Amino acid sequence: MNGANGSDRARRGSLLQISSVWVAVASTVVVFAALALIIVNAPGWPKVKHAFFDPAEFRAYFGTIGHAFVLNIKIFLVAEVLILTLAMVLAVLRSLPGPVFLPIRLLAIGYTDLFRGIPTILLVLLFGFGIPTLQLSHVTRDPVYLGAAALVVIYTAYVSEVYRAGIDSVHPSQEAAARSLGLTRGQTMQTVILPQAVRRVIPPLLNDFIGLQKDTALISVLGPVEALQRANLGSASEFNYTPYVVAAFFFVLITVPQARLTDWLIARDRKRQMAGGRV
Amino acid sequence: MSTAAPALVCTDVHKSFGKLEVLKGIDLSVDEHEVICLIGASGSGKSTLLRCINLLEPINSGSIQVAGEEITASGVDVNQVRRGIGIVFQAFNLFPHMSVMGNVTLAPRKVIGLSRSQAEAEALELLDRFGLADKRNEYPDRLSGGQQQRVAIVRALATHPQLMLLDEVTSALDPELVAEVLNVIRELAEGGMTMLIATHEMGFARDIARRVCFLDEGVLLEQGPPEQIFSSPREERTQQFLQRIIEAGRM
Amino acid sequence: MINKLLAVAFVALALAASGCGSSSSSSSSTPPASSGGAADCSPASLHTLTSGKLTIGTDNPAYSPYYTGGPGHDWSGKYNNDPYTGKGFEAAVAYAVAEKMGFTKDQVTWAVTHFDQSFAPGPKNFDFYLAQVSIRPKRAENVDFSLPYYRANQAVVALKGTPITSATTLADLKQYKLGTQVGTTSYDFITGTIQPSQQPSAFNTTNDAIHALQAGQIDGIVVDLPTAFYMTAVQIPKSTVVGQFPTSPGGDQWGLVMTKDSPLKACVDKAVSALTADGTLAKLQKTWLSDKVSTPVLQ
Repeated sequence: MNGANGSDRARRGSLLQISSVWVAVASTVVVFAALALIIVNAPGWPKVKHAFFDPAEFRAYFGTIGHAFVLNIKIFLVAEVLILTLAMVLAVLRSLPGPVFLPIRLLAIGYTDLFRGIPTILLVLLFGFGIPTLQLSHVTRDPVYLGAAALVVIYTAYVSEVYRAGIDSVHPSQEAAARSLGLTRGQTMQTVILPQAVRRVIPPLLNDFIGLQKDTALISVLGPVEALQRANLGSASEFNYTPYVVAAFFFVLITVPQARLTDWLIARDRKRQMAGGRV
Repeated sequence: MSTAAPALVCTDVHKSFGKLEVLKGIDLSVDEHEVICLIGASGSGKSTLLRCINLLEPINSGSIQVAGEEITASGVDVNQVRRGIGIVFQAFNLFPHMSVMGNVTLAPRKVIGLSRSQAEAEALELLDRFGLADKRNEYPDRLSGGQQQRVAIVRALATHPQLMLLDEVTSALDPELVAEVLNVIRELAEGGMTMLIATHEMGFARDIARRVCFLDEGVLLEQGPPEQIFSSPREERTQQFLQRIIEAGRM
Repeated sequence: MINKLLAVAFVALALAASGCGSSSSSSSSTPPASSGGAADCSPASLHTLTSGKLTIGTDNPAYSPYYTGGPGHDWSGKYNNDPYTGKGFEAAVAYAVAEKMGFTKDQVTWAVTHFDQSFAPGPKNFDFYLAQVSIRPKRAENVDFSLPYYRANQAVVALKGTPITSATTLADLKQYKLGTQVGTTSYDFITGTIQPSQQPSAFNTTNDAIHALQAGQIDGIVVDLPTAFYMTAVQIPKSTVVGQFPTSPGGDQWGLVMTKDSPLKACVDKAVSALTADGTLAKLQKTWLSDKVSTPVLQ
């Protein structure tokens, strides 16, 4: 008697779960479909469609903006490598213990405070126009390098704080265990703390990286024609906003695979390290 | 009669955390190959004493000597000292991002300077001795508590320490897993390892210890052979403690 | 569960249906075009933003020589100029057009309109907009242009003593790094016709272009000729105009910008052609813009 009731309850339970999922999906689809219908039937829709989503304009600018986007890619690839490295150095400096290292810690704190506070565009202008005006020999005048340097300086500050959060999140017992085996502070940091810290902060690191990718557009204020500036030029030339949508398309296009890649990295780590099974 | 220096000598060791004095003048001596068990209530200072011995905590006054060398003097190479002392914690503290083999070979490679293949060969021997060879490529989280703690012991042994400190190493384990760990410790003792073991396992202590030390609120109240401590303790506080243990069914 | 789903679907479809229904009653925002040639252009009957007033849009900052009255109203800052003063070529043209249309000076209001706003779909914040905007067929698909009020060549500004100053033809410019301003039509001309070996830069403001020139990051700035004269005379020490060239046959034509299918176009055009015919525009050019005769033409 009890057994029959038990399995009945279980079956009803899972049926309830399945049907509530379907209701959720269906109602979401219906709401968005309704929104789409409202938008597309609005009186001004043809004008908006022409101004923002014109297929002819999209095709016309796809190639030129894609070509300009290569500049954005070059900038953020090089910048990101530098940022990941320098930020780690900064985070480790910030965590050096003891009174003898206080000046270093203060410098690190000062750096992060200053460069997280400064508006990015200001530093880009300062580096891009200010440095060449100093007329120092052997220092590049190229606005692409100078602008990228400004981005590196700023994002190093942000990313070092992300690393620091990761380092702090590793339980002190890990450090205790490593030191107890006779490892030095440096060896402990390198082999035990940092590998764990970095794995923990992969999502926020990706966040900052994607922010960096979009911020490469700021370099355009110095003159280089990257994707967004190219869209700006196209838009002004045709009095149409569709080129901006083309630029947005490219930015989103590269974001998606990165997000999937980090999802995969995290899942792979989890599968390898942790005991399986869902709770 | 041993002419070698004692493995460990604590002389009038005081340790405070802020205003709170946790160790109030500990005098303790451990000879080579001796197995000493520390018993006492939580907060009595057992863990703190062990952490002071391997220099994880600085002491406020007194001195600690290991194999004749004063390790609490200034200018001591802390990392070298720790190489000669193995410590195992209640919470295992294995490195989750490394396999068992990685955990065990880390210190031999980094601290002693063995090559990877050398370290792995030695590690395999140790793991095999304690029945863990088939787990060498597993990650810690996939092992049972008992297996993890045994790996932690092997990891501590990998640098060939002269002294092993065990801090309540079975307290976090399910009862059925406790035995496998105690067997490992027993084997180490029979092999002649000098050990200082903080434990709640009174039956085990009675079996294995040459001497049992009762710690009460930072003071080494009473020490002596297990038969004496467990059957006829001199101090009243010792009796009270043992009484509570019996009532809790742990003896 | 099913009931909830049906309820949501019903509400959604009802909303969509109501959206469908209203598409026919859309034209309340655009007033009917004034009928035929004998249009009534008196201020009172014109469908301006504010009845009886003319709202003119221009950019902020507003630069010399197109606006020269010094800072005031919303146009603040050292190099900015207040259009309300009527000083400067475009300010003068705007007031001349307004007067021809029958508006007095205090019936004219100026609105800050950024270039990007001027061609946005939907209602504008101006009756017409002027900011050195070139008439182009593609642009004319999205806005209405008036008849041209000025014909402008582009020119190259460079620092004195630099190699680019010896250029005499467009082909001579090929080897140099040029910079233009976003919003102008020069960029396409440069990449299309001059085809330099180094990709040209595009700046958001002329100030940025000037910085780049002085920092040695570009060899020459491409701007319209009157602006080039202002730059070399006032803004950039030790600079010169290398030469001028038309970016479309006969030179760029500038027009007043109005919303697409604007009911004002006919009357604005009437005013502009009157000002062209009676020589007012030529006189204003002479007053506010330097002569272009002495600058060599690059072919």
